[in-house]
Amino acid sequence: MAKVQMREPIESGCPDGFQYMHPVMAKNFGRWKWHDHPRPGVLRHRAHSGDEIWTVRAGTQRILDLFTLRKLCDIGDKYGDGYVRFTIRSNIEFLVADPAKVDPLINALEEAGFVVGGTKNSVAMISHTQGWLHCDIPGTDASGVVKAMMDELVDEFKNCNMPNRVHITTSCCQINCGGQGDIAINIQHTKPPKINHDLVANVCERPSVVARCPVAAIRPAQVNGKPTLEVDEKKCICCGACYPPCPPMQINDPEHSKLAIWVGGNHSNARGKPTFQKLVASGVPNNPPRWPEATAIVKRILKTYREDARDWERMNDWIERIGWPRFFELTGLPFTKFHIDNWRGSRKSLNASTHIRF
Amino acid sequence: MAQDKHPTPMLDELESGPWPSFVSGIKRLRDQHADQRINGVANDLLGQLEHSYETRKGYWKGGTVSVYGYGGGIIPRFSEVGKQFPESKEFHTLRVQPPAGNHYTTDILRQLGESWEKWGSGLVTFHGQTGNIMFIGANTENTQHFFDEINEYGFDLGGAGPCVRTAMSCVGSARCEQSCANEHKIHRTLVNNFTDDVHRPALPYKFKFKVSGCPNDCMNSIERADMAIIGTWRDDMKIDQDEWKAYVSQKGRKHVVDNIISRCPTNCLSLNDDDTLEVDNRNCVRCMHCLNVVPKALSPGDDKGVTMLIGGKRTLKIGDLMGTVIVPFMKLETEEDYERIVEIAEETIDFWAENGLEHERCGEMIERIGLVNFLEGIGIDVDPHMISNPRESSYVRMDGWDDEAVKWFERKAEEHTAAAG
Repeated sequence: MAKVQMREPIESGCPDGFQYMHPVMAKNFGRWKWHDHPRPGVLRHRAHSGDEIWTVRAGTQRILDLFTLRKLCDIGDKYGDGYVRFTIRSNIEFLVADPAKVDPLINALEEAGFVVGGTKNSVAMISHTQGWLHCDIPGTDASGVVKAMMDELVDEFKNCNMPNRVHITTSCCQINCGGQGDIAINIQHTKPPKINHDLVANVCERPSVVARCPVAAIRPAQVNGKPTLEVDEKKCICCGACYPPCPPMQINDPEHSKLAIWVGGNHSNARGKPTFQKLVASGVPNNPPRWPEATAIVKRILKTYREDARDWERMNDWIERIGWPRFFELTGLPFTKFHIDNWRGSRKSLNASTHIRF
Repeated sequence: MAQDKHPTPMLDELESGPWPSFVSGIKRLRDQHADQRINGVANDLLGQLEHSYETRKGYWKGGTVSVYGYGGGIIPRFSEVGKQFPESKEFHTLRVQPPAGNHYTTDILRQLGESWEKWGSGLVTFHGQTGNIMFIGANTENTQHFFDEINEYGFDLGGAGPCVRTAMSCVGSARCEQSCANEHKIHRTLVNNFTDDVHRPALPYKFKFKVSGCPNDCMNSIERADMAIIGTWRDDMKIDQDEWKAYVSQKGRKHVVDNIISRCPTNCLSLNDDDTLEVDNRNCVRCMHCLNVVPKALSPGDDKGVTMLIGGKRTLKIGDLMGTVIVPFMKLETEEDYERIVEIAEETIDFWAENGLEHERCGEMIERIGLVNFLEGIGIDVDPHMISNPRESSYVRMDGWDDEAVKWFERKAEEHTAAAG
């Protein structure tokens, strides 16, 4: 049989960004003096040379179809300078040197259905994962949850009414690819995996699956004469870590895979050191297509934060100042035994003092 | 189109409301695109997604798909319900590395769109959580064609699986006055040194580089990267007292005290009686708060460099870990400086590849073996900037104390000589 000639890859790695960078940005690279925020969704950066670059930021559906991608390009060509970039939260930024282009650009974006905003102390675009659209282990959808939630939070994206910026994330399993956030909405499984014993031996590399379990609850077993795995359901924490390497250990459950809400994850070093998010609510139903229960809790937390936090306090700064008892009191969320950590190093999270607010 | 449209009553509810709808976008591909292949893929994708919404379950399974010469870079997806939805039964994602800083011209976006139109579903995300351009939805055969085409004009696959992953860097020097580093060069120097480890997964687990130009760490590198490189400065911050006084007179002294002076985590700011600002720079920890509030008046100093942290990661398997300071400060100016960060990255990855367990992130290995063993493994000396506080437990064997103390004094003497010389 004739051998098919395959093309050798060019291992070029990460492309040089300068070839696609706005010329004003390339010219003033490393020589910027200050920026300000003329209006929500717009940033002005001034270089030491006196040059300025204006940024107009817009939220999109993130899962872009070609029609939408081309519409964004058309707007960038007609109303901008043909240069764009994307933020870490998947917003598109149009870069223009001439401030006269800013208003027409905003109008064109809004007329086309995009949402200008996401700067400074707004609720930024929710960073999210793939969900049912593409992931192999999702407990819920991602794009759908975000669409439903951003419909409700759109005014907070378009305005800057929060004490400081708010980063929200969603994740469709407990691995949490969506990352830490001021508010994170993540899947929380509540039942151990359901095992299809007929398939385990053929599909799963059993020692790897045993090793994957954080609490050593999985052990080799024989069922109906076939080698398989079993789970000690008393030890199991229902994290789902066994499911990716062993799909016959189904962790997702239409009823028992719930949503949990976490707050106070902050990556920035500003004021305090970076912090991890903490559990505040769980047992929230995974309720497509619009997940109204989760959105209601997020809105309640945001409202409390907006009313009670001081300027520049991120969610974690605010809660650190007022204390967790007050957080639960103000938000009306229940405090349960599940809020008390029992993972390694968790004694650091207990109050070993008489510092108590009354 | 030949095929009937799948009914999507649940997804249809995601077409209303003010935020742009991805469902409407996929429907445009189903209904308006000229290519019947794309119409059919979009139709079956919507059908499968609606099925997920109805049953609250996912129906994609992984597998093994790559392009010729590589072992990774593609997230294979085969449908478990492919008989019902055959047109999208193979729906792989290609992870493609974006240009550093995520800069694009509309021309290059259009060119990528045209290639994707030829070979893929027409759905794309800028960017996934690791930082890749996600070209979502190609069948096994077309992944190769799409890659061949975009690889010819300068794009390459990112990482997937146990390998060095696509890196991320902030906009940084290209637009931001807080930047203390050339994020663009650090990003490309590091990740492009490891292209073999990106394309041929053979490490214990994933390894991510992220680069932020200042301690605001907009790339979330401390928490999300195995190796974080963050710009900083070590001389005095710069104060434009005229701009500062203008801010005080505009906002009032109370506002300035409440929002800036009293928020300094190390109490090093003081508002003088004449409204000028005094800074105890020796105790400034570069928390960025005052610079963020008054960027016109306060700026990073001139003696810039980077701090490096290692070991950040999310939950699996031992819980969340932040990175730990490994290099408190180093200059990044000469080619030798850049060679040194590459060398630290190589030492780290080599040591971890040798000592990490299967599916163990670098930070988890450090937790298991202890920071000191890791430092000895990569040839870096201990430093008090690496800790929040010294040991609290006395249960440790310390019979080498005298030798270690001598090492410290010798190092300090060498640093003193080097600084003087």
